[in-house]
Amino acid sequence: MNDRQIIRPEEVLAEYYPPLTDHEAVVEANRCLYCYDAPCTHACPTHIDIPKFIKKIATENVVGSARTILEANLMGATCARVCPVQELCEGACVLNAEEKPIMIGRLQRYATDYVYSRGIDVFKAGPPTGKKVAVIGAGPAGLTCAGELAKLGHSVTVFEKRELPGGLSTYGIIVLREPVEVALAEVEMVKRLGVEVKTGMELGANLSFEQIRREYDAVFLSVGLGAVPALGIPGEEHIVDGLSYIEASKMNPQGLEVGRNVAVIGAGNTAIDCATVAKRLGAERVTMVYRRTDAEMTAYPHEYEFAKKEGIEFRFLTQPVRVIVEGGKVTGLECVRMELGAPDASGRPAPRPVPGSEFVLPADQVVKAIGQEKPALAQMLGLQTEKGYIKVNDDFETSLSGVYAGGDCVRAKGSASTVMAVEDGKLAAFAIHRKLVPLRAAADD
Amino acid sequence: MADLRINFAGIRSPNPFWLASAPPTNSGAQIHKAFEYGWGGAVWKTIGAPVLNVSNRYGAWHYGGQKMLAINNVELISDRPLEVNLREIRDVKRHWPDRAVIVSAMVESTPEAWRDIVLKIEDTGADGIELNYGCPHGMSERGMGSAVGQVPEYCEQITRWVMDVAKIPVIVKLTPNITNIVYPARAAVNAGANALSLINTINSIVAVDLDTLEITPNIGGKGGHGGYAGPAVKPIALNMLSALGTDEVVRRSGLPISGMGGISTWKDAAEFLLLGASSLQVCTAVMHYGYRIIEDLCDGLSNWMDSKGFKSVDEVVGKSLHRISDFKDFDLAFRAVARIDPDKCIKCNLCYVACNDTAHQCIDLVDANGNLVQPYSYDVRSNGKLEAVGSRPQPVVREEDCVGCRLCHNVCPVEGCIEMVEVPSGRASVTWDQLTKARPEVGSDWEAMERYRKEVGIDIH
Ligand SMILES: Cc1cc2nc3c(=O)[nH]c(=O)nc-3n(C[C@H](O)[C@H](O)[C@H](O)COP(=O)(O)OP(=O)(O)OC[C@H]3O[C@@H](n4cnc5c(N)ncnc54)[C@H](O)[C@@H]3O)c2cc1C
Ligand SMILES: Cc1cc2nc3c(=O)[nH]c(=O)nc-3n(C[C@H](O)[C@H](O)[C@H](O)COP(=O)(O)O)c2cc1C
Ligand code: SF4
Ligand code: SF4
Ligand code: SF4
Repeated sequence: MNDRQIIRPEEVLAEYYPPLTDHEAVVEANRCLYCYDAPCTHACPTHIDIPKFIKKIATENVVGSARTILEANLMGATCARVCPVQELCEGACVLNAEEKPIMIGRLQRYATDYVYSRGIDVFKAGPPTGKKVAVIGAGPAGLTCAGELAKLGHSVTVFEKRELPGGLSTYGIIVLREPVEVALAEVEMVKRLGVEVKTGMELGANLSFEQIRREYDAVFLSVGLGAVPALGIPGEEHIVDGLSYIEASKMNPQGLEVGRNVAVIGAGNTAIDCATVAKRLGAERVTMVYRRTDAEMTAYPHEYEFAKKEGIEFRFLTQPVRVIVEGGKVTGLECVRMELGAPDASGRPAPRPVPGSEFVLPADQVVKAIGQEKPALAQMLGLQTEKGYIKVNDDFETSLSGVYAGGDCVRAKGSASTVMAVEDGKLAAFAIHRKLVPLRAAADD
Repeated sequence: MADLRINFAGIRSPNPFWLASAPPTNSGAQIHKAFEYGWGGAVWKTIGAPVLNVSNRYGAWHYGGQKMLAINNVELISDRPLEVNLREIRDVKRHWPDRAVIVSAMVESTPEAWRDIVLKIEDTGADGIELNYGCPHGMSERGMGSAVGQVPEYCEQITRWVMDVAKIPVIVKLTPNITNIVYPARAAVNAGANALSLINTINSIVAVDLDTLEITPNIGGKGGHGGYAGPAVKPIALNMLSALGTDEVVRRSGLPISGMGGISTWKDAAEFLLLGASSLQVCTAVMHYGYRIIEDLCDGLSNWMDSKGFKSVDEVVGKSLHRISDFKDFDLAFRAVARIDPDKCIKCNLCYVACNDTAHQCIDLVDANGNLVQPYSYDVRSNGKLEAVGSRPQPVVREEDCVGCRLCHNVCPVEGCIEMVEVPSGRASVTWDQLTKARPEVGSDWEAMERYRKEVGIDIH
């Protein structure tokens, strides 16, 4: 593949939006109406006081702006980039009725980048409570919970099985949206609050739950979800796992093997990310294969639009049935056409195969991105579950007293996103704080 | 098409727009260009006493991302040699017989100096002279400019010296840096001036640099008060203009007034005309955007006049002046309340917070079922645009409690969304003047006031 040699991953996968200049930021900030009890703030799952942080940009109090953001959302720099703002804050902005909404995400990035690029810490650790909390998993939920607890004076250790902390912000979100350094800068900020982050430590493998429960006053599980599940079709061993595909595009893009003619199975946001990576790294054709229609796909409308602009093709009502392999090489994906029937358990019309409609989609690489497996840990630790997710109460406490959980691993309802994980981590930290030092928590209220 | 021509104290111009005496009229070449763009006249940058200027002489006030809502300057009068100015004035007038060429002057306060400059100006063929009694910095320290304008006796004395020799119309330009603009205006009337103009610039310090702690603009480590002009000063200028228009002495004198101070658009211009100006001068807006703005000044004014059926500028001049009134003559029985149009409302809640924090606490938030809700009352776990937008309450005015202060109308970002609607107050028309003549105790005794309120049904909580 000659043309691939001239493609520079660091260019084609580089962060999509440029930073706002000082001038652009102030002009945009001044456009904000400074709504009272603003709907953008309501729509934000972490309820960042958006008019407040935007007005601070307008008055050139950028440090104050960043503090306002990070007070509500410790992963504000990641969220500024990865949040589906069209569905959240920006989607609720009153200016949708008038002209166009305020670019809240990009202003948030402006303010948070300002403090990170200057090494300014807006928080410090609270006066020690003498309590110890273990956090399992260093994704957005875990890091937020750890940081908030440290701000409240608890001594926190985060155990992370991977080599790098950051969870999917580090390994799963394409660089186009968020460079790895942004995620790692947030980890460093949390560490500077006194949080210890121990990587290469996997609960259930080289870390025992009993020991953790003995040594710590509380535990927060923020282990996310598992691998991409099996499709259960012949030739599956030749299918590339979408999460690994994205991970390689972030960690070792030069080493990522990209086909000329790539078929991506699935139509969620991750599938679109895989397709985008393939297209940008030189695939001539990228086709997304989905058994329902565009009306049922789980990718956000803005992601779908983005994918079409990238030149990605879509095959709806198409179900893969077999990977065709010749001489050890993938040559195609055999599919069957589908039609929509009565609504299924998810409320969406159930697709069913049209007999005799099999056809072969030529492909030299097949990638699957059809969601993630439920957290296996729940069973292992004997926790109650809800639809396979760890079951928690309103305080994010699991069926085991003193063991809390949040983030993707509890997301039985609603869509899994970074900002929801952050909110869980924050609320869980407050609940843990109330539990560990009730008098102090009450006094602070 | 409305007739925009004016005859101002005998000075004619094809439209009422003159460039004010300032940087845009600094030289012949500039004024040639301005006339090509269509300006009706130009008041030459003040000539007279010898001066030296400094750098960094213009500061500006920017607000909310808007540049130059006002300019502030410590520029002196023309620093070009007098002879050069006079030669160019003659040249411009010869080329542009149909335009108004007026020369602003300021010299030492002696009869000789003024006589000399008047003769020199008349010698150029200029149409008129404007006496600059307004420059608030530098020149005033030397006993000229606002040092004259602030003392009615000096105004009158110097104007007399000028009127003794002048054969062309003389306009006296007033300074706003005075407690009551009427006094220097009357002084000019008494001295026989042919016309008045206002306002010159207002004393101001525009900013302090928060990095260096220096004054902005920084003039070699120092700074000081300068003259303020531009959009931000328009309301002050309109007030002073109407103060002259409603003053008995000035009105009876019949002297025309050239209005300026913040004119940027044809709308501003129309307001100045309505409050009694019969020629208009513009400086800052031209400094911001160039001579080209004359096109819309004329076009917009003319279209507006057509739409209102005004055939000439004269028909517009002073048309709103009779409505200028003292507080004591306002009708206390007039009642208006705010009404929100829910179809236009974008639910920013700016009216809500304004009324509740700083007005009369009579805007409520009402949900879709008609229940009152408090702000920020949603559950922390509620999020997303559908929930946020779907559950957002509507601000509604409790009209019976609304005092009609108009704050909400002013803060609402949506045009025409909050209207102040006149409603019957159920009270007979009465002014404060009438009321306190009939019942003087109401103005001096709270108990009497309470009795009066009860009688007529005024309840203020
Ligand atoms: C490809 C992709 C793209 C996405 N894009 C977006 C996006 O654009 N916007 C958005 O809002 N969301 C996006 N998401 C979702 C978002 O990344 C997640 O919702 C979010 O990261 C969840 O955070 P978390 O902390 O719950 O879990 P994770 O980020 O998954 O972190 C869990 C951490 O726990 C560690 N761990 C797991 N098990 C153990 C164990 N036994 N012991 C120790 N450590 C363990 C994992 O290694 C990981 O570091 C995307 C997800 C994917 C997969
Ligand atoms: C930089 C600058 C210099 C000025 N110089 C003079 C001057 O020499 N003579 C004068 O009579 N007025 C002078 N003025 C005042 C203007 O003529 C005018 O009265 C004032 O700017 C208000 O009009 P505006 O709001 O349109 O600018 C000057 C104003 C500015 C901004
Ligand atoms: S809704 Fe829009 S305009 Fe209002 S505060 Fe939020 S960002 Fe600003
Ligand atoms: S007019 Fe004044 S009192 Fe009435 S609703 Fe508006 S702000 Fe409140
Ligand atoms: S200020 Fe205007 S737009 Fe905003 S909530 Fe009030 S009425 Fe609606």
